[in-house]
Formats: sequence, structure tokens, C-alpha cells
Amino acid sequence: MKLSLTVNETDHELEVAPNALLVDILRGDLGLTGTHVGCDTSQCGACTVEMDGRAVKSCTVLAGQAEGARVTTIEGLGAPGNLHPMQAAFQAHHALQCGFCTPGMIISAIDLVKRTDGRLDEVAVREGLAGNYCRCTGYHNIVQAVLAAAERM
Amino acid sequence: MSEQGIGKRVTRREDLRFITGKGRYTDDINLPGQAYAVFLRSPYPRARIRAIDAAAAAKAPGVVGVFTGKDLAADGIGHLPCGWLVKSKDGSDMKVPPRPPLAIETVNFVGEPYALVVAETLGQARAAAALVETDFEELEPVVALAEATAGPQIHPEIEANRCYDWELGDQAAVEAAFAKAPHVTRLEFANNRLIPNAIEPRAAVAAYNRPTEEFTLYTTSQNPHLERLILAAFVNLAPEHKLRVISPDVGGGFGSKIFVYPEETAAAWAARRTNRPVKWTADRSEAFLSDAHGRDHLTTAELALDEAGTFLALRVRTRANLGAYLSTFASSVPTYLYGTLLAGQYRTPAIHVEVEGVFTNTAPVDAYRGAGRPEATYVVERIVETAARELGIDPAELRRRNFIRPDQFPYETPVALVYDTGDYEASLAKALKQADYAGFPARRRESEARGKRRGIGLSCYIEACGLAPSQLAIQLGAGVGLYESGEVRVNPTGSVTVFTGSHSHGQGHETTFAQIVSEKLGVPFEQVEVVHGDTGRLEFGLGTYGSRSVAVGGSALIKASDKIIAKGKRIAAHMLEAAPDEVDFEDGVFAVRQTNKSLTFGEVAFAAYVPANFPEDLEPGLSEKSFYDPKNFTFPAGSHIAEVEVDPQTGVVDLVRFVAVDDFGEVINPMIVEGQVHGGIAQGVGQALLEHGVYDADGQLVTGSFMDYCLPRADDLPSFEVDTTVTPCTHNPLGVKGCGEAGAIGAPAAVMNAVTDALGVKDLAMPASPERVWRALQAA
Repeated sequence: MKLSLTVNETDHELEVAPNALLVDILRGDLGLTGTHVGCDTSQCGACTVEMDGRAVKSCTVLAGQAEGARVTTIEGLGAPGNLHPMQAAFQAHHALQCGFCTPGMIISAIDLVKRTDGRLDEVAVREGLAGNYCRCTGYHNIVQAVLAAAERM
Repeated sequence: MSEQGIGKRVTRREDLRFITGKGRYTDDINLPGQAYAVFLRSPYPRARIRAIDAAAAAKAPGVVGVFTGKDLAADGIGHLPCGWLVKSKDGSDMKVPPRPPLAIETVNFVGEPYALVVAETLGQARAAAALVETDFEELEPVVALAEATAGPQIHPEIEANRCYDWELGDQAAVEAAFAKAPHVTRLEFANNRLIPNAIEPRAAVAAYNRPTEEFTLYTTSQNPHLERLILAAFVNLAPEHKLRVISPDVGGGFGSKIFVYPEETAAAWAARRTNRPVKWTADRSEAFLSDAHGRDHLTTAELALDEAGTFLALRVRTRANLGAYLSTFASSVPTYLYGTLLAGQYRTPAIHVEVEGVFTNTAPVDAYRGAGRPEATYVVERIVETAARELGIDPAELRRRNFIRPDQFPYETPVALVYDTGDYEASLAKALKQADYAGFPARRRESEARGKRRGIGLSCYIEACGLAPSQLAIQLGAGVGLYESGEVRVNPTGSVTVFTGSHSHGQGHETTFAQIVSEKLGVPFEQVEVVHGDTGRLEFGLGTYGSRSVAVGGSALIKASDKIIAKGKRIAAHMLEAAPDEVDFEDGVFAVRQTNKSLTFGEVAFAAYVPANFPEDLEPGLSEKSFYDPKNFTFPAGSHIAEVEVDPQTGVVDLVRFVAVDDFGEVINPMIVEGQVHGGIAQGVGQALLEHGVYDADGQLVTGSFMDYCLPRADDLPSFEVDTTVTPCTHNPLGVKGCGEAGAIGAPAAVMNAVTDALGVKDLAMPASPERVWRALQAA
């Protein structure tokens, strides 16, 4: 089937299998390997991307559901020298170690700040990121980073 | 000293690629013409393979080949070995069951691979795998650890499913002490089975070049050289010089990616067999079933004390679950990495430990963050806490009375270790202050006024890192050395490329190792590059496990840098017309003492490669290597304090506070060290409150997904209060000890001491789930 979507401000026309997942398209067809797959039950959140203004787990979205959608992946956020405040805060606060959960965590965190207009405290950040696993950091520094970025977004 | 030298909170240079999506993990790598592998896995815990009918699968669309264990064996592929030979107390060698990469005659745990399908696409490989018809004859499995030795014999040649019956310590001295002890505290408990769950699943991308007979294997390994060594020397995949193993960015390991596994091995072999690059990436369900699990002990521990609370002797009996086969280092974890740590921080004069390692029809069990030391700490710190309660002595005070004192180092324990240094009183005092231990009774009353139960628990752990020295370990059965390699290659323009045999999969070595070399050579941080994880670019190395990287790998870089400085002094002396011993090196400048004659590091480097004015007896170039073999372990230690509040209505345990004061010796980058401690604590709290790998009575893994296995989420944990004390390691040039596992080692006992304190019960099994807590309260 044909699929038209916009990823990181670039329009794409693709031929995709009906059972393809959004994450398959991003990682495979488009080579955007910053979006990761950490589980097969939609629990870990490593595949989180922004679709039409809200964070979605791209392993749980059929590619066909993204018809006409605007998708932002970690590659579309900011580059060295021009980082998104959330990316910069993750580095400044050592909120990542192995980096595998990081893209999904950053996308979720941005979504959380937007949803709450940045009115966050530690408890709200922890509850808001409960859909994203990190096995390395114990979340301590992720919470610090998100609170700091919320001030700057 | 620069702002990016040793001891500074330098933000990590590796972060930039990770936060922008430019990391390069194994599954991100695609090779032209690659095919995809899918494994067929046993649905039974124990079964005989009568027949495999792959005819329909072989004809399915896109299938390149269907291969079984027999195909690998026919091609000369050997068994996966265990790298540490443990001897039983009668002197006999441990029993090693054969472990072909793909099962041939019998399968012995649910999820054990016995065949693979290679196809043009992943979807085609999966579809074809569903067409393979396998005729299994189910056999009675051995599942329960407690009954494992009485069950059916899993491996025909291994009686009572016993791998070894090991002991350490002076049994007679312990028996004598117990015979006249005024007080004996006894505990029986399990150390719950854990499933490591690095968020990146294991993966492999393998290619074979027929004309050159060279393999390239990209894989999720913590130690690519070890993988290459085993695949070459034991598995017979290819000669070592024809096999390049690359660990690109690796998404967490925690021990589980040390080992050489069936799937990576078979995928690499399939690349040669099919003459196609072959890619395999585990899905999470496969990871649960087939990654090496951790812990899983049953233990009886007894502590003998006098009336004043002085420890007289410790007696420990443990049965350790090894799973169905011996994973790469499985045998060492419940023995040399466990029994040797049972002295803890204390002067216990006599200790005897017996460990029975047994096989069951479950996934292999091997090193997981801490590897033996969390289990040992749990034994020591639970029984010390229990003894304090029984004797009515404050738990902190009882520990203090028995601590090894600072003036007693080096201290030889009754379980074969010599601690070089430490100050346990200092870390405990700092932790008690930080946790406001004195204010706990008031907080408890306040909780009780709200209908809640509150408890506080201590854990004063010790661990042994940087496993060493090689000769001793090899005498004790280790199959590999325990040194690390380092190379400091100074480029002609004066920048430096550092090669380390250590591997970073989250630890931040690209930053910390650059800090070390930058400071040592006086070269700007930005001009030091760190390379790791590629057997094609590096000297033989042993990778990263056991919190060894800075203590061993970092020390190798210091040694190599010393050689650079020594050679630089000779070059500078020649150029400045002085004797080498008149040249000092400081902050990147070679200077002739008591003169104004000097050369920068960059000038000397350039001269080394453009040797116009150069000593005749010296080779050009400026590149040096070192293999650093430590003289001893390092002994990080510390005090962790957990405070919990329990809701008696629901049984929910709320971890309200966690304080960790650790002595890691000198610290290279405090920011990274704190991060390591946070992550370790989270995994330790996970073990205590949430995580449990469970097989049902039929041998099926019932915690086979994130829906069933409770990995800690952000809202399960509090922020942590971490601090350090410092007694520098006495025998490595950096004075460092290692910090990667401390949290996972100290936390479980601290949390369970707090939970049992809150409930007023002697013991409770981990994880302290709401159901278990609620039931304990109902029974109390």
C-alpha cells in the first residue's frame, strides 16, 4: 500500500506492507535508526516519536495510521550546536548512560512538558515518564534534566 | 590542572551522538545483501528432539536456508565453553554438560534454540519458522531449585544434577566457635532470580568474505576480544586472526552481554554457510527466555556472637541455580565471587561456606550486576541486622563494634582476600548523618499517627572489583587472564588516540579515559580520542565487567603514558642538549631543570615523527602500549540506608529515602560515578521490591515480558542521596576502586532490612511485593 507522510519536515511517498509498523518504516525505509525498539509489548517506550503533536509509541502504530501525519523523531529535534533544550538538559544532567532509551525518553519528556505547560514537580515527572524504561540511570538524573528543561522550554 | 582533568564533572562527549539519534547500535547496522535469522526455540523445559521436518519451511518464499544443530556439528562447530573451572571439596573437577550452540538431541530449557531459519526478510524468516515441524518427546523437567538434586538426571553424565560442591574457609574453627557461642542468629532465605534486561536486546550482524576467509561480526558484547577468543579457540568458527568482532554502541549490559551465546555464534556461522551477511536481533521475549539470568540462591546462614555482640563465626550453606547449562562464567559467580566476600566489613574470625551448584531446566544463570557480591552482601547484612534485633543492640552500633578498623589494613579475611584499605566507620557515620538516623523514631511515630508503618535499614557492603591477579585467578580455575591492555598513540601533530581493551556500554569511558590521559600528558581533553570495542583496531583486551574498567584499563593507560613521557624525555633531552634525567615533564611541557630550555608535548611529538634532530639509538615514533595486571582486587565499600513507609491496608512499600555513602577511592568524574551509583541502586531496589524471574512448576517462564516482570519505572523510585568517602586504593596508580556495581550490591539488604523493620517480622522474601507484605502483616 502507498503511504504519504512527513518526517522531520521532509515529505515521503512510500510503498509499505499493510502490516508494517511505523517504527519499521522509520528505522528501515527511512534509515532513521535513532528510534529504537526495546520490547515487543509496547512497554519500554524506546520507540517513542512525536506524531501530529503528541508522543506515540511507534511500535504500536501501523504505518497506515500515519497516512498524512507529521512525525518528528529524535533526528528532527536538534543538532549539535542547535540542540533542543531537552537534549541539552539530558547532557548537562548526565541523564543518559548507554543512550538506548534516550531518544524515546527525550521525545516523551518534551511531550510531558508541553502537555503540562511546564508545570511539573518531581512526582509529576516520574508519573509522566512511567511509560519509558531506563535500566541505566535509575531515573534520578532524568528527572533533574526534565525539570531543568521545563524551565527553558 | 585543566577543567577537564581527573576529578572534574566533565559532561560526556558520547552524549552528543546519543541525544541526536546518531548512536550506532548493532541493529542499526545493515550490510548489503543481508539476510535475516530467526531461531526456533524449545517450547518445553526438557524434551528429546525426535525429528525436525524443515521441508515446508525450506520451500517457503524467501528462505535461504534452514539449519539445525546437526548442521553446525557437521561443520565442526564446537560447544560453548565455561571459562572457570571450579573444583569440589573432594578435589574433583566440576561437571560440565555439553552445550552445542544449537541443541541436537535434547532441549533443556524453554527458549533453548535448536534451529534457525535464514530468509531474505525478517517477515519471511518468521513465516518460514512457523512451518518447521518438530517432533518432541517431552521429558520430566527439574524446575524447583530446592528439589533439584532429587529430580530426574538432566544430563546423562551428571549425577544428582550437581555441578560442584564447593567450600571455602576453616570448617573446624567455625564448628568450635558455634559449639560455645552464647548466641546464634539463623536465617534461611532465597536470593530471587533476576532477568537483567538491558534495554537494547542482544543482536548480531555477521559477514563472511570467502576469498579472504575473514569474518566480521558486529555484536552486542561487553568484551569483543573474549568473544573472538572463544569463537576461535573453542567453537572453531574461524582462526582468531580471521575473525573481527566489533562491539559498536551497546545499549547496556549489566553482565548479560559478557557471555558468548548460541544465537550470535549460529548467526555468524550461517553467514559463512549461506555466503550472505546475516542479521539477528532478539526481541524482548527472546531476551527474557535466553539471556543469562542472575542470582537464584537458596541459603542458610548462621552467625555466632558473644553477649557483647562480637561476631565469633559465620556459617553459610548455599544452593545456587546454574540453569540448564554452564554459561561462560557461571561457575565462578556463586563461588569465588560470593564465598570470598562473606567477611563483609567485619572482623569475623572464622567463616565457612559451602556452595552446591546445581542444574535445573531453566535458562542459564550467570553474572548479573554485582555477580556474587550482592548475594554475599545480602547474607551478611541481613544476618547482622537480624542479630542486632535479637540482641537488642542498635544495628549501627553492632556493625561498628565489629568493623575492621582503619589501623588493621592490610586485613586478611578468613575467606581468602586481603583488603588493602578502607574506613568503614567513616562511611557509616556520614550515611547516618545524611539519613538523619537519630531522627527516625520521630518519623516513625509520625507515620504511625497516619496509620502507616515505617522502617529503616542499613547495609554496610564490601565488594571486590578488578578481579586479579591473573596468576592467582588462573590457579583457582580462571581460563583467562585478568589484565587489561592500553595503548597511547601520539599522532604527529600532538593529538592522542587512546586504545583500550575495556568496553563502554553506558559507563562513559570515552570521557573518563580521555580525562585520565589528558591530565597525565597535559594534552587538551579535546585532543584525546578514545577507541574501544573492535578487535580489528585494538590489542587483545578483556572488556568490561566487575567494575574493572578504570582500575585495570585506566591503570594500563597510565602505564602506557609513563612510557610516552619517558621516551619524550629522551627526545627532549637530545633536542635541548641535556641528559634525560635533567628533563622534567609537567603540564605538557618537557623542561630542562634549572634552565629556561623547554619543549611542548606537541613539539616533541612532531620531532618523534619527523626525526631531524633525534637520538641515534632511539626508534622514531611516539606510541606505547601496556598490559596492566593488578596485584590485588580493589575493595570498594560503603554504607547504604533505606527508609520505607508501608501501607498496611494495601501492602504497598513506599521507598521514601535512600542514602548511599560509598568509598570508591579516587574518583575520575564525580558526575559519572553518581550516575553509576543511581543506576545500581535502582537495580538493587528492583530486586528487593519488584523484580522476580519465575518459572512455574511445569518449567514455563511466567515472567517472560515487561507485562509480567516488574522492571522499576520512574514512579517506582525516589531520588537518591549519594555521597562518597575516600581511602585511595593502595596498589594501582590512580588510587581508584570501581563504582559500577555498588548500588546493586548494597541496596537489596538495606531495603529488606527497612521493610522487615517496618513490619516487625524477622524475614520476608524478595521481592517485597504488596501481596507478600500484606500477607506478612495479616500473619503477624
